[in-house]
Amino acid sequence: MKSHNKSDLLPKNYQELLLKYRKQEPVVLAMGDLPKSIRKTVNSGLQHYTGEWSSTQRAHLLKRCMFGIDKDDLNSVDSLSMDEIVEMLFQQREVTPPVNDYNEVAEAEDPDVPFGETWVNAKHGNDWEGPRTVSLKVWLIRKMLLQPVGLEEKMVFFWHNLLPIQTWGIFFGKLSYQYFDMLRRNAFGNFKTMIRELTLNPAMLIYLNGAFNIKEAPDENYARELQELFCIGKGPNAKFTEGDVQMAARVLTGWTFDWEKWETEGELEAVFVPEIHDSSDKTFSSFYNDQTIAGRSGVDAAVELDEMLDMIFSNQETALYICRRFYQFFVYPEIDDTVEKQVIAPLAELFRNHNYEIKPVLEALLKSEHFYDHANIGAMIKSPPEYIFGLWRAFGVNTAEEDDLTANFLQHQGLLWYMSALGAEIGDPPSVSGWPAYYQEPSFDKYWITTDTIANRAIASDSLVFWGFWVHEDLSVPADLIAFVKGLTSPADPNEMLRETTEIFHGIPVDEVIIGQLKKILLSGQDSDVYWTAAWQQLMADPDNEEYKLVVENRLKATFQYLLQMGESQLM
Amino acid sequence: MKRRSFVKHIAHSLAAPGILGTMGFKLPGSHSLSSLLRMAIDTDRVLVLIFMDGGNDGLNTVVPLDQLSALNKVRPHVVLPENSLLQLDRSEVGLHPALEGLKSLYDEDRLQIIQNVGYPDQNYSHFRSADIWMSGSDADELVNSGWTGRFLNETFPGYPDSYPNEDMTDPLAVEIGYGSSLLFQGPQSAMSMVISDPDFFYDLVDGEEQPAPDTLAGDKLRYVRLIARQSQSYGQTVKQAADKVKRQVDFPLTFIAQQLKIVSQLIAGGLKTPLYMVRYGGFDTHDAQVEESDHTAGEHAQLLQELNDAVMAFMKDLEMQGTDDRVVGMTFSEFGRRIVSNASLGTDHGAAAPLFCFGNAVMGGVTGENPQISSSATYDDNLDWKVDFRQVYASLLEQWLGTDSSVISNVLNGDFESVEIIGERTETLSAASQVSRDLLVYPNPMKDHVTIRMSPTFEKVSVDLIDMAGRKVLNIYKGQIQSPKDLIWNASQVPAGRYFVSVRGPQTSRMFSVIKL
Repeated sequence: MKSHNKSDLLPKNYQELLLKYRKQEPVVLAMGDLPKSIRKTVNSGLQHYTGEWSSTQRAHLLKRCMFGIDKDDLNSVDSLSMDEIVEMLFQQREVTPPVNDYNEVAEAEDPDVPFGETWVNAKHGNDWEGPRTVSLKVWLIRKMLLQPVGLEEKMVFFWHNLLPIQTWGIFFGKLSYQYFDMLRRNAFGNFKTMIRELTLNPAMLIYLNGAFNIKEAPDENYARELQELFCIGKGPNAKFTEGDVQMAARVLTGWTFDWEKWETEGELEAVFVPEIHDSSDKTFSSFYNDQTIAGRSGVDAAVELDEMLDMIFSNQETALYICRRFYQFFVYPEIDDTVEKQVIAPLAELFRNHNYEIKPVLEALLKSEHFYDHANIGAMIKSPPEYIFGLWRAFGVNTAEEDDLTANFLQHQGLLWYMSALGAEIGDPPSVSGWPAYYQEPSFDKYWITTDTIANRAIASDSLVFWGFWVHEDLSVPADLIAFVKGLTSPADPNEMLRETTEIFHGIPVDEVIIGQLKKILLSGQDSDVYWTAAWQQLMADPDNEEYKLVVENRLKATFQYLLQMGESQLM
Repeated sequence: MKRRSFVKHIAHSLAAPGILGTMGFKLPGSHSLSSLLRMAIDTDRVLVLIFMDGGNDGLNTVVPLDQLSALNKVRPHVVLPENSLLQLDRSEVGLHPALEGLKSLYDEDRLQIIQNVGYPDQNYSHFRSADIWMSGSDADELVNSGWTGRFLNETFPGYPDSYPNEDMTDPLAVEIGYGSSLLFQGPQSAMSMVISDPDFFYDLVDGEEQPAPDTLAGDKLRYVRLIARQSQSYGQTVKQAADKVKRQVDFPLTFIAQQLKIVSQLIAGGLKTPLYMVRYGGFDTHDAQVEESDHTAGEHAQLLQELNDAVMAFMKDLEMQGTDDRVVGMTFSEFGRRIVSNASLGTDHGAAAPLFCFGNAVMGGVTGENPQISSSATYDDNLDWKVDFRQVYASLLEQWLGTDSSVISNVLNGDFESVEIIGERTETLSAASQVSRDLLVYPNPMKDHVTIRMSPTFEKVSVDLIDMAGRKVLNIYKGQIQSPKDLIWNASQVPAGRYFVSVRGPQTSRMFSVIKL
């Protein structure tokens, strides 16, 4: 059998192509020394929440489960109970795969995929894998941007962060798509099933070298991360050993994919090649109860993988680790002893009792007293997609007609590079650990905010409010502030209008002081609310009057600039 | 999209002002060649605009003494008793009794009243009329940039891409009060730094923190604000300027006085910022403008007292800081109030009104005639404008900030006849506050003999006159400047226009922008 090398999988001119298509240098966020915040004890636990159910709680739930919210989202759940909304969040929708939307921008024709046809089954496209990789990313962005009320997109992002690949390193759009499709199919399915699929996912087989893990020269990369990052974690009791890593690597030898199919159409699938599998017995440490997985030869040896996954999933740490990650992503990044005891432990038990079904666990968390505890509301810093898509979604900024592929490609590519400038380019987290904001103690989500990224975040909001968000050379898109305000329930009442607006953008429920500050700006210093009401009603009575428009817009611009630059806009 | 174009975008869209206390921007300053030749304001002159939100009642601020009988008839509910008025010498006007300080400035020729300022086809909406005043547009013209925004855009081309830079390290404009105003919106970007509340200024300067809730969210909020403060591109320069000023006179604890206190502190601290705007509201006196039993008391009296006391403290502080020759102030409001008063002891939205210019440099006196009040005036009658508000802008740009007439036409979208505001005395400007400069030319604008004051150079330099295109017009001096030197030079042969006096050597580069009349 021909031996393979990871670098053989990349086109000869890979470096050149990478520069050509990955137009924004990845931004790596670094953190200086900062005082560790003190996690104040929050005693509420996993009991079913029965407290106040107002727009504050509904907005909190949607913000944590989506990439920003708009008024329509809030309206659509206005009369629903907690149980009804949570049920709604778990709806999954049909997905149509990405298509060739890049020909016109590339000013060339992909020889294997006609414009408008999907490329996810095409054979390896060499140079065209650059545009296809971007095409996948803009497809993902479009899904996040145009998401209905639902948890699906956020879960894809969650799993992508926890079980990552780096698509520029794979440089094969079809495989990266297969990977994201696998995350989506399992988004709130069964975690154990997902880990099995992940292990055999061709993109992952390349990314963490599984495809090159052979008995003569075991490669421990995937075997290590399977335990350290994907299942067992690094908790105080995660005491797997170096020996366990080596044993797992030997179990996994033989799993690769059919190299012949690299250059052909259709899905690339993992195959088990007994000739390169290590058929000796694998004995694990006391952490795994000294379990031995009997070595096998021939095709039967493939079963060793399932035995190993059974072993990993019978360890208590797996459920604890994943539940901690759920908690850190959806509730608050720091976990103290109280939370570990009150929330994590019962959640993990639930996870195990449901055989690692994801949905019951998330349901319990999202319906818990702890989730709605006042202490946790607004206590997270928005990630780049939450911030940027949140602005776009709330303002309904979308200039591209649904069937205009090129316009969509350009618009979402503009957003892609913006996300990158904010420190989170979808498809390419900085390492196999994901984005540091989700795991790095003690800073966690504070990672997102640096002097550069906060300036870039402010540029995003200011440019939307004033001169237009820069999408590409020929297109800057301003937010339609009048349309936004019109969509609110009480646009003519300045107090209600501002309260509704802050409910969408701010993480902390607004108080009288802030309403007062904002109203001063809205009223250009006037004391009487009537002046806003009159200006608004005048415009509504004659909506095409340019003068009335300008008067209202000038007030809204200054007000929204301030509102969106407030620190509260960075929180959710 | 090319990589470069995206990076460029990030810089270019640095279009908005930073707002203190919320968030702001940081961009590495880069020195651009063109900025050397920009039409820099190198006169160190400052214009402070005071916006009186709500429509100030001009007829009860500057009372036309020759119209008192008609006024008593048509505005009985608010008219001020004659014996309460502060009569101004050489004029037929009396100031509101709350404006004693302004009267003293008038007596010293440091206050100028311009009568009947307004514009054709008065708009009576607060919002719209304030926009017209700030944009400098016609009443029927829709413009979404401000007149000072356009002025700064012409004066500092390329902002904000290459700013701050070594030539202009400071904000182009500072506005205090609320959010960013239309005044400083340029054609593509906002030109001002916004200090939305005086407290935020002290947050920056003293490193104090705004209150945040004592919750997990409050903890994150404090962090975001800290980083935002650090990202303020002008935060450091503003803080450094403020830190240089250790002592100021006492300012009243009013919103407007506290804003002017900050302005004076920043000017004294050496910011090269030429424009400031401060604002306060409450002038929309539909009712309770005066007290029924005493028309010299009430809301309007209170507001004018605040103005008076704030301006007086400001002037005193400027004197103490030695910056008083460099600063001119102007008040404005979106409109005056109706001639006829209403039964709620107030006045409704009106039209033309007087405005104040103050400072050591103003000519002083009263410009323009008193308005004529008919004793049969009815509710619909309003004061006609005699001076277009853009004439005042044009005059200040030309006479105070030394702006070229073609630039003024661009900024104001037309030519407006100037009124005389800045007196002759300004030619003696220069002096004490500027000796520390490496290069100073005065008087400026220049007519014939000028003094070129230079600090020593360590090498041989060439002193040249450079035109706006960067061409050398003539050589003035060559050699090393051994000790501080005053070079007297006759500029009478030079054609009128804008120039730079440049002092250049292999390691030396100094420029000073001058105007030849």
